[in-house]
Amino acid sequence: MQLQLENVCKKVGKDFHIRDVNLTLEAGTLNILLGPTLSGKTSLMRLMAGLDQPTSGRVLVNGEDVTGVPVQKRNVAMVYQQFINYPNLTVYENIASPLRIAKTPKDVIAKKVQEMADLLKLGPMLKRSPQELSGGQQQRTALARALVKGAGLVLLDEPLANLDYKLREELREEFPRIFAATGSIFVYATTEPSEALLLGGNTAPLHEGTVTQFGETIKVFRRPQNLITAQIFSDPPLNVLPVTKLNNTMLFKSHVEVPLVGKLPELPDADYTIAFQPNNLSIIRKADSDISVKAKVAVTEITGSESYIHVDVAGLRWVVLAHGIHNIDIDATIEVFLDPSTFYVFDKNHNLVVTPASVSEA
Amino acid sequence: MKTKWIVPTLYIIFLLLPIYWLLNMSLKNNTEILSVFSLWPQDLTLDNYRVIFNDPSWYSGYINSMIYVSINVVISVSCALPAAYAFSRYSFLGDKHLFFWLLSNRMAPPAVFALPFFQLYSSVGLFDTHLAVALAHCLFNLPLAVWILEGFMSGIPKEIDETAFIDGYSFPKFFVKIFIPNIASGIGVTAFFCFMFSWVELLLARTLTSVNAKPISAIMTRTVSASGLDWGVLAAAGMLTIVPGALVIWFVRNHIAKGFALGRV
Repeated sequence: MQLQLENVCKKVGKDFHIRDVNLTLEAGTLNILLGPTLSGKTSLMRLMAGLDQPTSGRVLVNGEDVTGVPVQKRNVAMVYQQFINYPNLTVYENIASPLRIAKTPKDVIAKKVQEMADLLKLGPMLKRSPQELSGGQQQRTALARALVKGAGLVLLDEPLANLDYKLREELREEFPRIFAATGSIFVYATTEPSEALLLGGNTAPLHEGTVTQFGETIKVFRRPQNLITAQIFSDPPLNVLPVTKLNNTMLFKSHVEVPLVGKLPELPDADYTIAFQPNNLSIIRKADSDISVKAKVAVTEITGSESYIHVDVAGLRWVVLAHGIHNIDIDATIEVFLDPSTFYVFDKNHNLVVTPASVSEA
Repeated sequence: MKTKWIVPTLYIIFLLLPIYWLLNMSLKNNTEILSVFSLWPQDLTLDNYRVIFNDPSWYSGYINSMIYVSINVVISVSCALPAAYAFSRYSFLGDKHLFFWLLSNRMAPPAVFALPFFQLYSSVGLFDTHLAVALAHCLFNLPLAVWILEGFMSGIPKEIDETAFIDGYSFPKFFVKIFIPNIASGIGVTAFFCFMFSWVELLLARTLTSVNAKPISAIMTRTVSASGLDWGVLAAAGMLTIVPGALVIWFVRNHIAKGFALGRV
């Protein structure tokens, strides 16, 4: 099955929830919708499922227009962020429910449910009611119900968001294996860049209802075509430095001068935005070419083996990802070091013009 | 600490005293009721109950009441189910106003409606039928049922409906197989509240009936016969009138509080 969205828009009142989305999803692929809350992930999924109808645009399955087709007649399955099961049915009946509706013979149902239960480790829980299960088991039941149907399109809307850390890890590890066993199109919504990177597949970062780029997850991460994609794909937030290039100098106000190395001399004079990841901002000098900038410490977060040091540089807020524990006093002035070889440079329309050297080579 | 049982005990005695006295009276004969003060029947008799079970003018009252109450419960619940679903799941023009207006129907005394109902039902030939009383009671039971059911339905996440549709359930199938079982306790509570209000309502029931559909509460109010007031039989009738309510409340005892909160707990 192939799912195609053509200029799909969803307007509620005067607001666009989804704006001009064009996507083509192929069978057997895992597609991640990445974006913060309210970026339109759920809205887009509901349009794909047929739970909502687009205000304009078309949804095509295998080239056939299915825009107005009710959800019962679509070949889809969905798992929500909340654990949604039928409380009045046992786990077995929950998983069997789409098969029963499709009038599958009893012995086939029994076999398929058993397979699914084994795959998702639900075997001993089949006779229980969903409310008697833990959160992880409830979500696995919902997942089993979605998968047992063998639908061509499986939508997973932040399926791990309401689970605790340990269970998330566990289920996340199982996902690629489970996905591989079917030939369906998987669409997976998440707010976390790290989750997208762990799952791989393709990623469509979403910003205010618009898909900013679509491609292989690792490529989108390494070569974001625009600033917003890079920002969505960075956690902690991407560091940004607006600069002006004029007569062979590149300046941020009078505070930072960026030496023109690599591809920077080739750029025409204009305003640019330089972006670099927190792990490329350092509190120790690593090379002679590093740019030294004076910064004021705003807050330090220690996450065990790493520290996030939030610093202010002339009205900009940057984050330093430093190894080890650094307890620096708030309001202390420190020196931070930028490595020009790690710079992404975006033009004034926020489109990528320079990729870091390390990425270009790869 | 040992005296903390005193207040609740006094309270319960206070509450139960009238009911005990009714029971006490129903087991005495008229002479004993009127002549002596006795805390329990000196001369225990079941004659009063025997009168009620043997005299059609008495027991038909119970039958009539039960018929129109049952009709009313069925109409109220079956009409309120789709209405409550609409209020709970969809937003439409003026939905909040309409929802509130429903409840405002309960804010007028039934006496206001007695006259128009009487005239209307007389002119269409519904007067003195069970259906007349059942329909009249819908005036205040239907809004109540919609409110209670809406509360229970809103406690079921909308995603359950969507999951069912995605699984392939048609709407009627989903409603009967998935949705109704999930709000079964809500339906029980709603039925109980409809039963309760219809069972105790006197004014409309008495106005809209004369002989064929006369309710028990109306019969109890007109027992002054040539021989004076028949205290014992009246007391027995009262005791029997309490029984159905007590039976029904037993089944929904665990959900009543949620019903009083209109399903919103």
